[in-house]
Amino acid sequence: MTSQTTTETTSNTRGHVPPVMAARELGVYYGDFHAVSGVNLDFNRHEVTALIGPSGCGKSTVLRSLNRMNDLIPKARVEGEVTYHGQDIYQPKIDPIEVRRRIGMVFQKPNPFPKSIFDNVAYGPRVTKMKVDSMNDLVEQSLRRAALWDEVKDNLKGSAFGLSGGQQQRLCIARAIATSPDVILLDEPCSSLDPIATAAIEDLMTDLKQEYTQIIVTHNMQQAARISDTTAFFTAGVDEESGKRIGRLVEYNDTSSIFNNPAEKSTEDYVSGRFG
Amino acid sequence: MMSTRAEKASTVARDTTRRIAMGKRKGIWKEQLFKYVLILCIVIAFVTLLALIIHSAWLGRGRLDLNLITQMPSTLNPETSGMQSALWGTVILMVGVLVTVVPLGISAAVYLEEYADTERWWNRFIELNIQNLAAVPSIVFGILGLAYVVREGFAFGPVAYAGSLTLAMLVLPTVILASREALKAVPDSIRQASYGMGATKWQTVWHQVLPVAVPGMITGTILAMSRAIGETAPLLLVGATTFVTFNPDSAFAGAYTAIPVQIYQWASRPQPEFRELAAAGVILLIVVLLIMNSAAIWLRNRYSRFDL
Repeated sequence: MTSQTTTETTSNTRGHVPPVMAARELGVYYGDFHAVSGVNLDFNRHEVTALIGPSGCGKSTVLRSLNRMNDLIPKARVEGEVTYHGQDIYQPKIDPIEVRRRIGMVFQKPNPFPKSIFDNVAYGPRVTKMKVDSMNDLVEQSLRRAALWDEVKDNLKGSAFGLSGGQQQRLCIARAIATSPDVILLDEPCSSLDPIATAAIEDLMTDLKQEYTQIIVTHNMQQAARISDTTAFFTAGVDEESGKRIGRLVEYNDTSSIFNNPAEKSTEDYVSGRFG
Repeated sequence: MMSTRAEKASTVARDTTRRIAMGKRKGIWKEQLFKYVLILCIVIAFVTLLALIIHSAWLGRGRLDLNLITQMPSTLNPETSGMQSALWGTVILMVGVLVTVVPLGISAAVYLEEYADTERWWNRFIELNIQNLAAVPSIVFGILGLAYVVREGFAFGPVAYAGSLTLAMLVLPTVILASREALKAVPDSIRQASYGMGATKWQTVWHQVLPVAVPGMITGTILAMSRAIGETAPLLLVGATTFVTFNPDSAFAGAYTAIPVQIYQWASRPQPEFRELAAAGVILLIVVLLIMNSAAIWLRNRYSRFDL
């Protein structure tokens, strides 16, 4: 798990299409705490990338730094580069609001707004002042894309809290795609859902691959194996210089390689369930 | 083998049952006692309130008629004297307090809760002072109002809005503290979701955080208004006259009085007629308070349509 191998494995850009997003020597601090460092990743267009690893390895931190959600945490600091279509999103002239409009996010716990189902989906287009011909059509389209339309079409004015957990999470995905983002970040979207709801979300993610680049943090290795094209394995280790625990990217490759033929011993141990 | 195991199991079960039953018997009187102490506390509070209301209603029963609100106060004819000017004074005062304290209090709370960096010493200083202000005696606010609202500073003179502003200062900490609690109770996941959609801070506060916090803020406002409506001491200082036989011209012109001030004035007179009037005034004050709070509760229920 030296930085040498990290660079080797992550420089594996698949094909010649430039990646939609990339992280270069990305590190994140919370105050004095160095949460994760030296992350190099390429996220390819219309692929699902899974970030896996034990708790505290910094995978959620990396995910949140991809659309500048870490800005909201006081004292959080980012070093290195995160590029979106080649543009570093941490440049001072970049508006984080604009970044989040293009890179949507779905959270661990379903968090619909305390409003109607319709207003939940319409909120994004409204606040971002999107030019919309018909909000009704946009809401319907988004809910259809999130495979939720048939379940809620007669109750669009009803409270989003009346939905089940799985439905709420699909509503959150509908809400995220209503603003037509380019990339969707999903932070353990199924961790509070039952297997049936999880299967529905996974099917949905596979569907959405046609239009969106998706990056998912998951604790469920079967889930990563099922839905992702590429997988990045993180772990936390003691830094030799500072002697503190710090999150690192160990290996990044095709999902099949990570699961069947990992280059690193720790990756193999983790994916085979021997640790973590 | 089988039978011994079953026997053992049944012994364990019996033992457990006995222990549960004994534990229940041992702890139950404590549990009951605790419950009755709690009930007693409620009863004491409720009986005190009820006794006050019944006493006042009984004492003022002869004067609880329309005269009370249609007639002006009179020292010559206590039989026909009412308190129209005081009722109007109180209504104008309260409207003034409401329009002043709600925007100020909520804005301050939103700043402290959503924008302020608590690491900065001045924000902590402000916080500490708001908590201290809530404990300052009302007469001190009266002196402050007299100096900086009536005479100098705003220099409104002894008009109703000067009274409103003084009362507003008095109850501002209550509104700020309650509104901050309401904002704190808004789940952070809602803010995250809104930012994640590409909403700005202002949009997040306005569209997501405030609507969820409104019911709690209204509760705080009810408490504040309930305190303000009964205040007498600061009003006496800032110019609420104890005896006015006409309604105030407006919030900014003309002498005014308020129900508690009028009650104070009547209650200190020796004639029994005035004491009855004072009692009737207490009931009127409670009725105005109840109307005000019912309106607020209705508003609150309208806003809490989506429960979290």
